[in-house]
Amino acid sequence: MKKNWWKALAVIILTYVILQGLLGVVPRQPILNESIRNVYFHVPLWFSMIALLLTSAVYSIRYLRSGRLDDDLVAVEFANTAILFGLLGCLTGSIWANFTWGEPWPNDPKLNSVAIGMLMYLAYLVLRGSFDDEQRRGRISAVYNIFAFAVFIPLIFIVPRLTDSLHPGNGGNPAFGKYDMDNRMRMVFYPAVIGFILLGVWVTELRVRFRRLKAALDD
Amino acid sequence: MAESVRQLSALMRKEFLLEWRQRYALNGMLLYMVGAVFVCYLSFNARRGQLTPIVWNTLFWIILLFTAINAIAKSFVQERAGRQLYYYTLASPQQIILSKILYNTALMLVLAFLGFSVYAFVLGNQANDVPLYLLTLVLGAVGFASSLTLVSGIASKAENPATLMAVLSFPVILPLLLMLLKVSKNALDGLDRSVSWSEIGTILAIDAIVLTLSWLLFPFLWRS
Repeated sequence: MKKNWWKALAVIILTYVILQGLLGVVPRQPILNESIRNVYFHVPLWFSMIALLLTSAVYSIRYLRSGRLDDDLVAVEFANTAILFGLLGCLTGSIWANFTWGEPWPNDPKLNSVAIGMLMYLAYLVLRGSFDDEQRRGRISAVYNIFAFAVFIPLIFIVPRLTDSLHPGNGGNPAFGKYDMDNRMRMVFYPAVIGFILLGVWVTELRVRFRRLKAALDD
Repeated sequence: MAESVRQLSALMRKEFLLEWRQRYALNGMLLYMVGAVFVCYLSFNARRGQLTPIVWNTLFWIILLFTAINAIAKSFVQERAGRQLYYYTLASPQQIILSKILYNTALMLVLAFLGFSVYAFVLGNQANDVPLYLLTLVLGAVGFASSLTLVSGIASKAENPATLMAVLSFPVILPLLLMLLKVSKNALDGLDRSVSWSEIGTILAIDAIVLTLSWLLFPFLWRS
């Protein structure tokens, strides 16, 4: 139990977030209306995706330094979970955009950047599939993973800010927190970020344990 | 320092010699570029100056992108693995990747300038600020060469390098391509140059990131 306290924490936080997200009091904004509740789900999903990708890149660096296959396995599972979170982020974003911007996939630089980022990580999985030798696969895909992360960060943080974007905080728009979120929302939003990151780590941990057991059985 | 510069220049000389001895590959690339421009010209069936500036600009960069991917894809496959191993015993991997990037930059510069002149010749020059447009070509050549060289190194290790090269390089090159399109559109419209500085800064920053990563990561790549 001592080792698993963070799982309990994730469950408690996410229950709180879902309850607050569906029932809590939110400020009423023009256009956004009740859809502002999505800020508890859509934004933390992206935050945690970036955290998971960062962890994946860190494990790739560790693999290149140590050559332990286990690090490579952890890196790919973090990338897998990040892709899942990215898809969920796209989905929640589409629902939100449909109500506030009028269409599920507006031609917005941030959306397009994220789509490119997803392509980049899907290419990472394709690259992994094309090697049979484990060490070789680990080394080459780790190189690509680090490279992809370093390109992904300017893609998602810098390019949308230089062009006109519908997203808050980009293209001269004020960030969300400035006007729309009051303190009561922050009390839900920040825990939501932590909760979703913990959930991502949990999913990854399960997958990693599964893969380790499979590897042990194969040996 | 002097020693490493000497080694680097020897490696560069080797690259140029290799290209010169296999002139059909170089000629093939030049012909690819010219052929692609001409196909676009005939497909749009455009009289001079009929394309809108956005189409004109985008079309040119797409042609350049495909030429770049084709040209750089072969940088690690044209030599046999045994001979590459021999180079690695002579020079450090950093020098090898740097010489490849420098060589590919020179190659891309030739291709970009040739492509631009042919393109402007058949489809009409629509750029109002030609020096700035040429500057974006130089920035594009450096950026394409530095990011695609590492990707071609990665792809060459896999089973079918050609497909993998395209799949891996499209997403990686896109931030750079979008910025380049933006600056070259500014040059096309003849906007004041101060408008483009921040984008040029971003392109240089992306180039710097990619170059540093190639330098750091290539030593891990060549051993496999």
